[in-house]
Amino acid sequence: MTAVESASGALDTPIITATGVVKTFGGLRAVDVDKVEIRRNKITALIGPNGAGKTTFFNLLTGFDQVDSGTITLDGNDITGTPPHRLAEKGMVRTFQLTKALAKLSTIENMKLGALDQLGEKFWAALIPGAWAKQEREIEARADAILKRFNLTHMRDEFAGTMSGGQRKLLEMARALMTDPRVVMLDEPMAGVNPALAQSLLELIKMLPAEGRTVIFVEHNMDVVQEISDWVIVMAEGRIIAEGTPAEIKSNKAVVDAYLGAHHGEDLSKVQLS
Amino acid sequence: MDWGFIIERTFSAMIGPEVMIYALAAVGLNVHFGYTGLMNFGQVGFMAAGAYGVGVTVFWLNWSFWIGLVFVFVYAAVLALLLGIPTLRLRADYLGLVTIAASETIRLLARSRVMKPVTGGVEGIDKFAEPFYNLSPFELGKFYSFGPFKYLGRDVWVLMVGWTLLILVTLMVQQLMRSPWGRTLRAIREDEDAARALGKNAYFFKMQSLMLGGMIGALAGLIQVIQKSSVQADTFNPVITFTIWTILIIGGPGRVWSPIIGSSIYWSLIVFVENTLRQLPAGARDTLRDTVELSDFNIGMLRFMLVGGGLLLLARFRPQGIFGSREEMALDRR
Repeated sequence: MTAVESASGALDTPIITATGVVKTFGGLRAVDVDKVEIRRNKITALIGPNGAGKTTFFNLLTGFDQVDSGTITLDGNDITGTPPHRLAEKGMVRTFQLTKALAKLSTIENMKLGALDQLGEKFWAALIPGAWAKQEREIEARADAILKRFNLTHMRDEFAGTMSGGQRKLLEMARALMTDPRVVMLDEPMAGVNPALAQSLLELIKMLPAEGRTVIFVEHNMDVVQEISDWVIVMAEGRIIAEGTPAEIKSNKAVVDAYLGAHHGEDLSKVQLS
Repeated sequence: MDWGFIIERTFSAMIGPEVMIYALAAVGLNVHFGYTGLMNFGQVGFMAAGAYGVGVTVFWLNWSFWIGLVFVFVYAAVLALLLGIPTLRLRADYLGLVTIAASETIRLLARSRVMKPVTGGVEGIDKFAEPFYNLSPFELGKFYSFGPFKYLGRDVWVLMVGWTLLILVTLMVQQLMRSPWGRTLRAIREDEDAARALGKNAYFFKMQSLMLGGMIGALAGLIQVIQKSSVQADTFNPVITFTIWTILIIGGPGRVWSPIIGSSIYWSLIVFVENTLRQLPAGARDTLRDTVELSDFNIGMLRFMLVGGGLLLLARFRPQGIFGSREEMALDRR
């Protein structure tokens, strides 16, 4: 092994690990994960029936919720308990199941907000436009380029609140890319998106690994999972019950049972009730 | 009826001391609520902090008025920290509860007997503003007229300094809100979690906003006690806070010039209604007698009722305020 490969950024090391992560709400063990490794520059899907703990696990990984016990690492560094804004600075960004387009900011303002390390976000510098105008122009150029890629240029100066549900999903992902993330976490990116828009959204997600970005997404739609993911992690009742390639998962009996019930496809009149 | 007198009073009220002082306090509230979405129901507490900043320094410490000016901002910053540290990580309503309670606590503490050596208790503090009036280029006791406006010399001096500060502060807020810093505040107003996910330390920005708006409120409190030449605890009651809210809502929250226009409309309406009621001809007074006697006290109440009615109409027909945009308002309902 060469020095480069053994460094934390080596391609074959996992970018995120979660070890012994437990989160309980009252008596409910919402998340109880022994070990998960997320592969670098791949698309990993997190699936499972409703209430499986996917979103809670997502919140734990992104710092929006705190673990009761366990360790989460990003590139080998412990990030357990790190607040969301610090994680964003470390290259981990998320979107939300219920889209959070900032309604009374224009589309371009939404985009520019996403840029990190803005000089003009410091109070005293904000008073002196000369201190941040140049950086602002660079950010705006970058934002316009991403908007173009996401086919949102025509909405540039409209309030984000005037967008359709699907456009908001696009905007939220585009805005996340403004942070130039290494890890993009998408919570149900396809929910409420019409089929035409869904296809372009899928294409956009598929392009991310080639740019050196790892994608983790929560999804219900199995067709979407089959189409874009390299790896699938299945959760049920807070635990990870299976992981594998999409093809493996599709033929995994435990997964099918968890999703569709153990007697899926059988004639119910012939099922022996125990 | 002396319409000339009513009009002169109304015009003078339009840019008078109250307008300037309340507008300044409303600029602070606009930073809090209009731009950051912070529910501050105790802006008068920041005004009191500013007032006692100079009052206590002169009265208790026997230091100069000019050193007191520094404490105006120190007290406001400390108050913002005290209010913000426990509440800004929580949901927006908690700040609202704490601010209204804190502003009353400040008033009751300041008027208490225990604090009398420091704050002057119920008698308050006077004779502290001479250094300010000594600089006046106008004769303090003489009336000055400018077109339809007419003020005492001392008020002309207060107005000159006050309006200059008000315009400067307004321009500063305008500049801030056009910057990435202001953009982040507006993002936090819309959705704090989205801002956090994008790397913004929402808590820190909200704290900055609370401090800035609070210091602007303190400046308003300072000018108010200079204009009155006395610091009285009971002038800092919760009604002031809600008047400031009214003014901000008339103008439209989140717009740079709405505090000034809102304040001007509010106070000229109050003065117009009051003076018109006072000047009603005897016939009209007699007709009204069965319903309401136009005593000084009743007129004081009636003007608020009539202005309140006007506000209801505004809320019905122009809920976004004078400067607000209907389009933005509609976005809230989607």
